Amino acid sequence: MDGYERVFDDRSPGVEQQESTANFLTYTVGLGLAIAATIGSFIVSQTDLLWPPGVPVGLIVLAFAQIGVHLVFFLHLGSGPDNTNNILALAFGVLIVFLVITGSCWIIANLNDNMMPMPMR
Amino acid sequence: MTIATIDTLATEIVRGRGGGPAPTRTIVAYGFWIFILSDIVMFSALFAAYAVLSGNTAGGPTARNLFNLHNVFIETACLLFSSYTCGLGMLSAERRQPARFLLFAAFTFALGAAFLTVEISEFAGMVRAGAGPARSAFLSSFFTLVGMHGAHVTTGLLWLAYTVAQVLVKGLRPVVLRRLACFSLFWHALDIVWIGVLTLVYLMGAR
Repeated sequence: MDGYERVFDDRSPGVEQQESTANFLTYTVGLGLAIAATIGSFIVSQTDLLWPPGVPVGLIVLAFAQIGVHLVFFLHLGSGPDNTNNILALAFGVLIVFLVITGSCWIIANLNDNMMPMPMR
Repeated sequence: MTIATIDTLATEIVRGRGGGPAPTRTIVAYGFWIFILSDIVMFSALFAAYAVLSGNTAGGPTARNLFNLHNVFIETACLLFSSYTCGLGMLSAERRQPARFLLFAAFTFALGAAFLTVEISEFAGMVRAGAGPARSAFLSSFFTLVGMHGAHVTTGLLWLAYTVAQVLVKGLRPVVLRRLACFSLFWHALDIVWIGVLTLVYLMGAR
């Protein structure tokens, strides 16, 4: 396989094309990082290590870090040109997810604010 | 470099891979990737519903006094390790090592089943304690979101059994390998959705 054929070869998500002994290592490194992120988020949520109002932010950051680890080490999504299609689809998915979740929270928070006070049972 | 060479090069760049269609395997996995992203968009609607309704407990139990993080930690570990063994199983299948593949597939199945067992006993305990899906909007959205993830895991286990049967009957042919690749994508994606559930529902709720 010559150089530029490899560069322009499409790659499918979840498939490691070049087989090598590094594959086993990739999964194991991914597992180690994912375990670290998981234990980190349990610690952040259960202790006062972080400034308490900042805990949700810390948890979200750790969750995104772990999702990134999974995408790179388990699903083998890289930044190479052979991955452009997969990344583009992912970016569109992330956009829709972001719109649905923040949009819903924003709209409902606004509705709650503008609600007439209701008599409590 | 002559004009003709440059022209050929340009055409090949435009077509993506030196002319000709991409291999079936790439196309299949790309199509399945699109499906997975649409599945995640579906989950995002359930996440949004939970985020909006999680405070509406209608005087019933709240997240803080319902969730047992000990169980949740076991569930998380099960799913994470099953994702790992699934990846290693896929690797063995690609290297045409059926015995190792079957071993890793058995681990994946056992860990997935352990996850489901813990989750079902957790759900049953909540329903027994009067915190079923009908109790409050918070609990309805909780059971919808987490139950939908559990339903996906159940489907994944059935699919894994079906795929292993195919490997046993047909061997590690290219068509079986493509189906395995789709399953492995699905299983890793479920783990990614679980990260969201863990963070939003359990860790933020239990504080």
